[in-house]
Amino acid sequence: MTADTLAAPRSSVPRKKGVNLEKWGWIYMRVSGVLLVVLIFGHLYFNLLLGDGIHGINWGFVAGKLADPFWQWWDILLLWLALIHGANGMRTIVNDYVTGQTARRVLIWALWVAAGLLILLGTLVVFAFDPCNGVTSDSIFWEQCQNLPAPRI
Amino acid sequence: MSAPSRVTPSVAQTTSRTPRGTLYRGNEGMWSWVLHRITGVAIFFFLLVHILDTALIRVAPEAYDAVMSTYKNPIMGIGETFLVAAIVYHAFNGLRIIAVDLWPWATRHQRQLWWTVLVVWLVTVGGFAARHLPIVFSNIGGH
Repeated sequence: MTADTLAAPRSSVPRKKGVNLEKWGWIYMRVSGVLLVVLIFGHLYFNLLLGDGIHGINWGFVAGKLADPFWQWWDILLLWLALIHGANGMRTIVNDYVTGQTARRVLIWALWVAAGLLILLGTLVVFAFDPCNGVTSDSIFWEQCQNLPAPRI
Repeated sequence: MSAPSRVTPSVAQTTSRTPRGTLYRGNEGMWSWVLHRITGVAIFFFLLVHILDTALIRVAPEAYDAVMSTYKNPIMGIGETFLVAAIVYHAFNGLRIIAVDLWPWATRHQRQLWWTVLVVWLVTVGGFAARHLPIVFSNIGGH
């Protein structure tokens, strides 16, 4: 198909009935985008600008954050909203540049599989994280682990 | 109603080297879109890596800290500043896109709004770099 054979803009195209997924995708990008500005700016401010900045980030820092339901939900929202926003953006780019029907289907399928697996992994990490799991008394983290607040799930 | 409706340029015109007033010929509208795509793709791939590195907290504290120490390298610190620059551009230009979509005034002033985005971006990234880079370059090889 070349540009010559494309219908002129605004010519009426019969549309399938039912849910207009492209419209909801368009709305999702805008709603999640606004939320992500707040969530990511807060994430960067708390993790990189406060305290020792990046030098303060270690296992104990993350374990402490994920023991707090406030940061659990902050990170879960970030994870779901950002991955779906990113995967849908990548889908738009694939649709724009990949002209082969099979390659396009495979790439978009791979995008959603990757996003789905990482959402699953991230959700497990946030909600099923036991900071003391596997830390024995000979670990240098033993003492740090003992002082952590108990995870409230 | 004698004026012709919107003229669609022929393929020969739109693919010519000389701009003929078509869309996306190097004006603010095109560059805002190009940068939005490039920053979006970069952020997406970082996001994939970032979820995997954070998942290491479940593997072992030592494994997480070993990977985190690579993020504290000065070269990575500069890379983090570029990443934040990409995020801040994508964030502010995204808000501009929403405004342009929903608010007629913003549609008419999309060009000025893009320059506003660039100024706010510069100030925000400058503020971030002023705090982050000294942290990165002090305490090299520290905890």
